[in-house]
Amino acid sequence: MGQNVRVSRVNRTTAAASLSVSFTVGLYGVAFGAAGIAAGFSLIQTCLLSLLTFSGASQFAVVGVLGSGGTALAGIATASLLGIRNALYGLRLAPLLRLRGWRKVAGAQVTIDESTGVALGQSDLGEEAMKQGFWLTGLGVYFFWNIFTLLGALGAQAMGDPAAWGLDAAVPAAFLGLVWPRLTNNYEKLLAASALVLSLLLTPFVAAGIPIISTALLAVAFGWKARS
Amino acid sequence: MSALWWGVIGTSAIAFLLKFVGHSVPEKYLTNPRALRINTLIPIALLSALVAVQTFSDKSRLVLDQRAVGMSVAIIALVLKAPFPIVVLGSAAASALVWHLG
Repeated sequence: MGQNVRVSRVNRTTAAASLSVSFTVGLYGVAFGAAGIAAGFSLIQTCLLSLLTFSGASQFAVVGVLGSGGTALAGIATASLLGIRNALYGLRLAPLLRLRGWRKVAGAQVTIDESTGVALGQSDLGEEAMKQGFWLTGLGVYFFWNIFTLLGALGAQAMGDPAAWGLDAAVPAAFLGLVWPRLTNNYEKLLAASALVLSLLLTPFVAAGIPIISTALLAVAFGWKARS
Repeated sequence: MSALWWGVIGTSAIAFLLKFVGHSVPEKYLTNPRALRINTLIPIALLSALVAVQTFSDKSRLVLDQRAVGMSVAIIALVLKAPFPIVVLGSAAASALVWHLG
């Protein structure tokens, strides 16, 4: 229906944020493509993970665990722990997007860190901008992530280390850029700092994924009581 | 079927299920002010943890490497209100530079 009409009315700020997030995050698909091949996954398996799982951290987790000799179950469990946050994002976005039918299937598939981050980042510009941010970023990341996964997998031998390209820093920088505008008061800054500390404290002691998901408990604790 | 195929299919099925469930929880749940507050705070916590873990860890080890330099540049750029691509590219360039020097 009016998808094209809607897209043509996207404001500049939302479109710019969506496109830059889509491209920079999508670019990291090169690293995933290379990581998949290096871990022993075939070209088709690597590309299917990007097409079907479509959640970067989960994908890196499953190829990492299986590539280092872990069982399928361990790989799936680790990846799924990292994917729980997408359910939380869906919960947050559902009242805004109100999706039904095939749009719900498509919307669910592109409910990830980036589409959620951009959508919430547009709250000053109104609900329509938030929806546009969600779809543009979700579909944009999907497009670039899959293209670059294929390129990365094809060029795995030639690529060398993604660190040589600074890609290992670009992804957390992108996440930082997404969380930064959300920190509107000292309470939220304290939560961000607490999450940072907790996740790092847990990292040496628990399985990958737990340090990240456990900070959801911090959000529950911080949100339990109304702020005075 | 090989373990790799199980990994691909199992991870993908659960990933989609989790995403879909999030969009399907009854809406009345979200009229609770406490749930609304918590839902607003959850991305802040998880995204901050992702920044920390992806900057300072290598598998289960804590490390201080070129990514920390990249992140410092990203913070400076954000404080100076630089646009998003500058934040990300500046961070990548600084990190890559340190990597090549080291």
